[in-house]
Amino acid sequence: MNEYALIMRHEDGTKIASPEQMQIWMKQTMDWIGSIAAQNKFVSGTGLPFDDALVVHSNNMVTNGPFGEIKETIGGFVIVKAESAHEAAEFAKGCPVLQGEGNTMEVRRIAKNDGTHQKFKRPL
Amino acid sequence: MDQQELIPHLFRSEYRKIVSVLCRRFGFDQLEIAEDITSETFLTAAQTWGCKGLPENPVAWLYGVAKNKAKNHLQRDLTFQTKVAPQVRSNFTERYESDIDLSPQNISDSQLQMMFAICHPSIPPEAQIGLSLRILCGFGIDEISEAFLSNRETINKRLYRAREKLRTEQIKIELPGRAEIDKRLDAVLTTIYLLFNEGYYSVSQNQVLRQDLCFEAIRLCQMLAANKHTNKPPVNALLALMYFHASRFDARVNETGGIILYDDQDTSLWNAEMIFKGGYYLHRSASGDTLSKYHLEASIAYWSTQKTDTKEKWESILQLYNRYLQIAYSPVAALNRTYALAKAKGKQQAIVEAEKLNLTGNQFYFALLGELYTGIDDQKAKTNFQKALAISKTPADKKIILKKIDALGE
Repeated sequence: MNEYALIMRHEDGTKIASPEQMQIWMKQTMDWIGSIAAQNKFVSGTGLPFDDALVVHSNNMVTNGPFGEIKETIGGFVIVKAESAHEAAEFAKGCPVLQGEGNTMEVRRIAKNDGTHQKFKRPL
Repeated sequence: MDQQELIPHLFRSEYRKIVSVLCRRFGFDQLEIAEDITSETFLTAAQTWGCKGLPENPVAWLYGVAKNKAKNHLQRDLTFQTKVAPQVRSNFTERYESDIDLSPQNISDSQLQMMFAICHPSIPPEAQIGLSLRILCGFGIDEISEAFLSNRETINKRLYRAREKLRTEQIKIELPGRAEIDKRLDAVLTTIYLLFNEGYYSVSQNQVLRQDLCFEAIRLCQMLAANKHTNKPPVNALLALMYFHASRFDARVNETGGIILYDDQDTSLWNAEMIFKGGYYLHRSASGDTLSKYHLEASIAYWSTQKTDTKEKWESILQLYNRYLQIAYSPVAALNRTYALAKAKGKQQAIVEAEKLNLTGNQFYFALLGELYTGIDDQKAKTNFQKALAISKTPADKKIILKKIDALGE
């Protein structure tokens, strides 16, 4: 069994949800995670709040928040256990983030730290 | 209470106190001797009280006899004369019989220290529980075997190895330092928790033993809550959890020892005082910044003391299970979460979730599916109940499942 990171990508992080809407999403997210945990496939996870976020650019320039040139932001991630990327993708399908149009879930296998991660893309 | 009941009762409550005090005094080197002296004390009590009737103050009588026996042992023992005596004499200039201090303070301190010593990380968890049952709860080997659904030989071996470990590692009977307490407290709480579970969910048919286990667990946890060094939020949460559960003891079992399901329980038999205590400790647990699994379980147990079904209740329970499963997965919790989901969001959605659990070796998994399909697809409900019946073990479980099948009709 491998571990996969399910990364929540918001197409546009500048949209601010109402507190009521946030609360509904939180509950839905907890139900979604609870469902994975009930199958004993949950490893860990966390939300990544947008406030207090910084982006460090290649020339060491720091901008406040990922809301600059690119609108896309990462809202959080969950790490799950799964037999395959497709099983992990099945979990990802349940994430409430996908209710937002244009949002995506990225499924990435976690390297096992045992020397088998040659397929990493090198920085350009 | 007549003598027939009194001696076992005193054995439960006093055995651990005497052993802890003696053992603290002798050191783990002589754990067996401390246990022997204490057992002998009770044997003497049974014989003497049988002939002469009960003494005025049975507890004081026991302490007096234990003290004398310990004193005799110390005087008699050759090892004592050669190895222990010089050291003891240098530490204590008083005559050594006065060293056996059975004052309430010393009894309480000794037991707490004993708890932390037994739950030393060098001993495997099941041995910690076994040793706790033996030393802190005065359980006999037969009772421990029954509680673990194991045999005497296995338990004897397990306890022997654990005692050897305490000896060879030279584990001290003392409260660990402040930083160490938090680390070791986990193991202590796990032991108490498992002890309680052993009583609450035990497959053993011995009802008295089961309740005793639970109340012993509560007593031990109570001691932790009463000590300022160990009075931590998870301790209070665990205590709350146990009180909430124990409050339903009288309602859970019928005259013939069969289990009465939650929905069918007579709430007037729930113990209001224990529910109140549960609330008190749950309130006290709400400090600090760590959310332990005991906090979540205690909150779930709190909701179980509210019998009326409301949307708020089941939504809250569902959210608590969602978090609980993230930090402490267990098949039982997974099944319970799915049940809460059915109550909060309807059976259809819960069936989809339930099928994903795939706990096909678990009778409760099929029983849950049977429950969820009832009224939606009775044929499927029946098939699932039959699967549950086929793998259920106790007559009480079988009876409950058969009743469900009967209710479905043809």
